[in-house]
Amino acid sequence: MLEIKNLHASVEGKEILRGVDLTINAGEVHAIMGPNGSGKSTLSYLIAGREGYEITEGQILYDGKDLTDMAPEDRAAEGVFLAFQYPVEIPGVPNTTFLKEAVNAIRRYHNEEELDALQFVKMLRAKTKELGISDDMLKRAVNVGFSGGEKKRNEILQMAVLNPKLAVLDETDSGLDIDALKVVSDGVNHLRSPDRAILVITHYQRLLDHIVPDFVHVLAHGKIRRSGGKELALELEEKGYAEYSVAAE
Amino acid sequence: MSAKAQTIEQVNELTDDKYKYGFVTDIEMESAPKGLSEDIVRFISAKKNEPEWMLELRLKAYRHWLTMPEPEWLKPDFPAMDYQDAYYYAAPKSSGDKPQSLDEVDPELLRTYEKLGIPLREQEMLAGVAVDAVFDSVSVATTFKHKLEEVGVIFCPISEAIQRVPDMVKKYLGSVVPYTDNKHACLNAAVFTDGSFVYIPKGTRCPMELSTYFRINAENTGQFERTLIIADDDSYVSYLEGCTAPQRDDNQLHAAVVELITMDNAEIKYSTVQNWYPGDEDGKGGIYNFVTKRAACRGVNSKVSWTQVETGSAITWKYPSCILIGDNSVGEFYSIAITNNMQQADTGTKMIHLGKNTSSKIISKGISAGRADQTYRGLVRMGPKAVGSRNYTQCDSLLIGDQCGAHTVPYIESKNKSAIVEHEATTSKISEDQLFYLRQRGIGEEEAVALVVNGFCREVLQQLPMEFAVEAQKLVGISLEGSVG
Repeated sequence: MLEIKNLHASVEGKEILRGVDLTINAGEVHAIMGPNGSGKSTLSYLIAGREGYEITEGQILYDGKDLTDMAPEDRAAEGVFLAFQYPVEIPGVPNTTFLKEAVNAIRRYHNEEELDALQFVKMLRAKTKELGISDDMLKRAVNVGFSGGEKKRNEILQMAVLNPKLAVLDETDSGLDIDALKVVSDGVNHLRSPDRAILVITHYQRLLDHIVPDFVHVLAHGKIRRSGGKELALELEEKGYAEYSVAAE
Repeated sequence: MSAKAQTIEQVNELTDDKYKYGFVTDIEMESAPKGLSEDIVRFISAKKNEPEWMLELRLKAYRHWLTMPEPEWLKPDFPAMDYQDAYYYAAPKSSGDKPQSLDEVDPELLRTYEKLGIPLREQEMLAGVAVDAVFDSVSVATTFKHKLEEVGVIFCPISEAIQRVPDMVKKYLGSVVPYTDNKHACLNAAVFTDGSFVYIPKGTRCPMELSTYFRINAENTGQFERTLIIADDDSYVSYLEGCTAPQRDDNQLHAAVVELITMDNAEIKYSTVQNWYPGDEDGKGGIYNFVTKRAACRGVNSKVSWTQVETGSAITWKYPSCILIGDNSVGEFYSIAITNNMQQADTGTKMIHLGKNTSSKIISKGISAGRADQTYRGLVRMGPKAVGSRNYTQCDSLLIGDQCGAHTVPYIESKNKSAIVEHEATTSKISEDQLFYLRQRGIGEEEAVALVVNGFCREVLQQLPMEFAVEAQKLVGISLEGSVG
């Protein structure tokens, strides 16, 4: 589903990724771990298509298509979802309105009929029930005044509603206490499916106790330094990232 | 079709759709000779079969106008007006013998309003909204007139009110905005052609929304409408005006005067969706919208609430105000002003607190994009007798891009120690983070901007009558097309 080949990328002229290779198939959950500044978030932004992140070499193929020239909204419509490390506040826009706009924008992209208010609310209610999210969160403005945990839960709700094929979770565990972490991971696990690929980006192993990955990769200094099974995460937890530091290279 | 080709097609559609009210109605018109003189004033008065007193009022205003200077304090910059290079009266010929019912209205006019989304045939209308349609200098149709009369509400063109209820017009016309007020209001007093008159009798809650739809069609013609609304004791009315004009290269003048009067415990809710032609991307053409709107809250516990959505016009100059005379009276001003491309707006309000325990609230949301420039100008004055009065003002500006401007000019004068005046102001930009977040969820860039702006304006949009809120939200999006990317 996702095939990253020899990806080099720079931000404001500074090289961040130096040849990343990664293949993720439908149904798999991959985790990318790495020290701060290793390029983890850059990779997620490149997949989602954020402006200012420039691919200098290599490519990102999604379902066989090169994503490079695709607008972020088109990637989203094709099924790419990014759960943000820092979800953004949109004052005055109720969560429901935002989600309805998003769902219908994607339906328009696929030449499908838009959902009317009633159909949409019905669908939304089903999702909130499934994930155990209170309806109160739907009426509030997008992420405004949300606690850290609520913001992350809102990301998971959006993911459930938009039903992506590829979900990238960027540091979803940051800022969460242990209870919130559990709620969020339950949400993600709920969305695991044979048709969906999930890429979890995290600094800490603890998230992977809850979302158990099929593969773990260590991203350090702009490159994948090691890949393995879930046991690799435990090893990292114990030894830290010292052996992957620039000095150790 | 590939995603990209589809996007291009959609964008093209949007661009064509930018000002969808820009068409011209081809209809035989009758105009006054070009230019402005006493003869023209007499011509207009004669066209309307006005009584002598009305003509005298007009002439008095005209003579005073000749002596008045142009207002010089406003921020927008534009060339001096050539008042002799315009027409002051233009009316569809077919309106000569006043149509008695909608069946007699020129079908071409009905089609025009239909195209504007304002069907005038009552059975097709928005349920519960009565409309007075003003086309250039005359009112061409007023719907639901008879139904309203059953409850004693008078809703008719002002030219008709001058004939039907002359004493009321004599008593109130010019009582809130005297002809000496400012140059544009003075010109209006001399040459106003039509507009709406509303009277809500004592103890009556107007059973439907009243609305006037102004359309400038003729070239080089100024529109000078006059609106007068009187809400008697214990009455309530909600009134909405909408405005559009064809796309033309010349600037056209629109100088309206609106006067509102509320008696004891009465309330008027006055909403405006102003979408005059704004000119093209380079600032060619567009309407000069120089409007004087003022309310006198004369009665105790009376209330006037102004809500405006200003998206059109090359230049907007407008300060809907409240004079809070009655004790405990309330004035509100909710405003959204959007300027894009080369548009300029200088708008705000005046809250003049005279009575005891009067209160006012000002919520102003200004959005500037392109190379547009916008000023909020507001005055809050607490008179010496305004014991216990208070005002709260909040002015928020949102900038899109880095070539536009937003300015806030609040004037506060307090002559009473017990009065409380609060002012808050913010300026922000639509952030890259917000746009990326929305786009990552599948929402296109322009829709994302519209969504953020609608959120920014929400407090004000919520004040609009429901029938128009949806339309206004769409308008917010359309006005900002082309402002990003």
